[in-house]
Amino acid sequence: MRGSFVMPNTAITANRLLDGFVIYLTPDGGWSESLADAAIAATEAELDALQAVAERDARAGRVIGPYAFDVQPGADGPVPLGQRETLRTLGPSVRTDLGYQAARR
Amino acid sequence: MYRYDEFDRTFVTQRVEQFREQVARRVSGELSEDEFKPLRLTNGLYLQLHAYMLRVAIPYGTLSSRQLRRLAFIARRYDRGYGHFTTRQNIQFNWPTLGEVPDILEELAEVEMHAIQTSGNCIRNTTADATAGVAADEIADSRIYCELIRQWSTLHPEFSFLPRKFKVAVTGSGRDRAVTAAHDIGLRLKRDADGRVGFEVLVGGGQGRTPILAVTIREFLPERHLLSYLEAVLRVYNQLGRRDNIYKARIKILVRETGTAEFARLVEEEWAHIRDGELALPEQEIARIRAYFAPPPYEALADACPELDAQRAGNRAFDAWVRSNVEAHKRPGYAVATVSLKPHGGIPGDASADQMEAVADLADAFGFSEIRVTYKQNLLLPDLRQRDLFAVWRGLKEAGLATANSHRLSDIIACPGLDYCNLANARSIPIAQMISTRFADLEREQEIGNVTVNISGCINACAHHHVANIGILGVDKKGKEFYQVTLGGAADETAAIGDIVGPAFDEDAIVGAVETVVDVYLAERRDAAEPFIDTYRRIGIKPFKEKLYAAR
Repeated sequence: MRGSFVMPNTAITANRLLDGFVIYLTPDGGWSESLADAAIAATEAELDALQAVAERDARAGRVIGPYAFDVQPGADGPVPLGQRETLRTLGPSVRTDLGYQAARR
Repeated sequence: MYRYDEFDRTFVTQRVEQFREQVARRVSGELSEDEFKPLRLTNGLYLQLHAYMLRVAIPYGTLSSRQLRRLAFIARRYDRGYGHFTTRQNIQFNWPTLGEVPDILEELAEVEMHAIQTSGNCIRNTTADATAGVAADEIADSRIYCELIRQWSTLHPEFSFLPRKFKVAVTGSGRDRAVTAAHDIGLRLKRDADGRVGFEVLVGGGQGRTPILAVTIREFLPERHLLSYLEAVLRVYNQLGRRDNIYKARIKILVRETGTAEFARLVEEEWAHIRDGELALPEQEIARIRAYFAPPPYEALADACPELDAQRAGNRAFDAWVRSNVEAHKRPGYAVATVSLKPHGGIPGDASADQMEAVADLADAFGFSEIRVTYKQNLLLPDLRQRDLFAVWRGLKEAGLATANSHRLSDIIACPGLDYCNLANARSIPIAQMISTRFADLEREQEIGNVTVNISGCINACAHHHVANIGILGVDKKGKEFYQVTLGGAADETAAIGDIVGPAFDEDAIVGAVETVVDVYLAERRDAAEPFIDTYRRIGIKPFKEKLYAAR
C-alpha cells in the first residue's frame, strides 16, 4: 500500500547547472540553496511526486543529478542524517570562511 | 616517429573554443548532462560535492614562475583565492563556475597549460621525479622521457578509450622518487653493463581497493625503444583488460590474472612487430628533446659555503629547515629546497594566490624561474645557490611556507576527502590537521625522524595510504566517520603495502592511535638512526597492535 507506511522524512537535493552549488527542491517546485526551504516528503506518494518534479528539471537541464536523502526535524528546520549530506549543507568543514553556505549561517 | 608536432597554442586554443561552444550548448539545454559529462571530463572539469572542480595538468610537475603566477591569478579571479596541489602533481580549483571555465582554459592556454589528460580512461599525466635534472644520483633527466611519453600519449587515438585510466611514472635512478611501484607502468632509469641509458620496466602496480605492487617485466629497456615498448604494453592491456567490471579493469588485475611471465611474453610478442618501426627513437630525437631541458646557466661554485654555515649556526629555525627541507644538488654550491605546503594545522597541498606569487617571486630572484610540484603535495625550488638559502627561507617564512617538516611526520599526504570529494566516505583533511597540530613541536618531529603518514577519505586511495609507513583510511559506518590504520607501507624503492592493524578508530581516537604508534616506535627503535620503517620491518606489527588495542 503506497503512502500508507512509515518512512523517514525525505528531501530532494541536486547540484545547480551553472555553478554546481548544492540546492534543494522546494514545495512550489523551485530550488533553494537552503535546506530550510526544502519540501519534505513523509510518504512514498509525496516522495514520488517530488521526484517527478526533480527529474523534469534535470531533463530540462536546470539541475544535475537529483536524489532523495533522509532528514529529521530540527529546531531550525530539517537536519540531514549522515555526514555527507551534513557537509553538503554546510560546505567544507575545513574552510568555513569560504563555503557558500557559510555566508547564510 | 609518431607524435604530435608540438602541443602548440593553436591546438590548445582550438580546444578551448570547442569547449566554449559545448558549454553554451549545455547551458541552452541542447546537451543533456549525460551528453555533456564526458565532454567536460575530457577538459578536466569534475562535479564535486559543493561545486565544479577544475583539475589542471602540470606535465612532469614542472612550472615556470610565469605559469605559477597565472595559476595564482586564476585562483584569485575565478576561484576563491587558493588552489590544491595533488598527489598526481596537478592543481585543482574547487569553485569555478561552468560559464567561466572556458575563460580559465583560455588563461591557461596563454601560458601553455591545459586540463587535458586529467580525467577519463586515457593515459594520464605522467608522474615525475620532482628532482629531475638536479638530483645528485640520477642516471639522466627523467623529464626528457616524460616529455616523450606526453607527446606520444596525448590524444593517442588507439588509447583514448582504455578499459580504465592509465598512469605512468618515471624516476631518475634506482632511488624511487615517483612511487613507480604503485603505477600502471613504472620506469626506473638505469645503465646496462655497457653504460647505455635505459629503463627497468615495471607493470601492474596500483592502489585503490586492490593494492598491488608492480612487477618487473623487463630488466633493461634501451631508451630508443621506450615508446614502442610502452605501445606494446598498452596494446596488450587494451586488448585483454576487462571492460565488464570497473573494479577489475586496471592493468594490475590483468597482470595478476595472466601471470607476470605470460604477460611479459605477450608484450614481447607484440613488441617484436613494432620495435624498429616508426616509434623507435633515434638519438637525434632524444637529443632534440634533451635540449628542451638544458641546464640553466649555473655558476662555477665551490661546494663549501662558509656563509651558509655561519647562517645555520646563528639561527636555529633556519638550521632546522635546512636539515629537513634542503637536499643535495648535483652541481657544487647549489641546493634543492622543498617549499612545505604543510603548515602545522593547515590543509595539506593548499596554497593561496599570494603564496603562489611569493614562490614565483623567489624562483625569479634565486632559482632560474623554475618550480616543481612533488607528489607529496609540496613545491620545490630546484636550483638555489647555497648562499641564497637564507634569503629564500626568509621569503618563504614571510609567506607562511617555511615549515621545517619535509619527510617528517607532519608532511602528511591527504586527499580532499569528504570536505570536497563526491567519492569520499570520510573527511581526510581535519584528521591531517589534528595530527600535524599534535606533532607540531619541531624538536619532537626531528627526534621522530622521517616517516610517511598518508590519509585517504575512501578506498580509491588518492592519498596513497596503502604505501605509507602509517596509512589512514576513512570509512563510513552508518553515517559516522571511522579511520582504519595500516602500518609498514613504503612508497620508495623498497615499496610495500601496509598491514591493517585492527578495527578502525573513530574521529576522537585516531590522533591518539597515531601517537601510540609513534610511542611504540620510539621505545623499540635501536637508536635514533633507525627510521620508523626499519623498526617496523624488524619488530613487525604485533607490538603496535598490542599497545593500540590494550585498553579494549
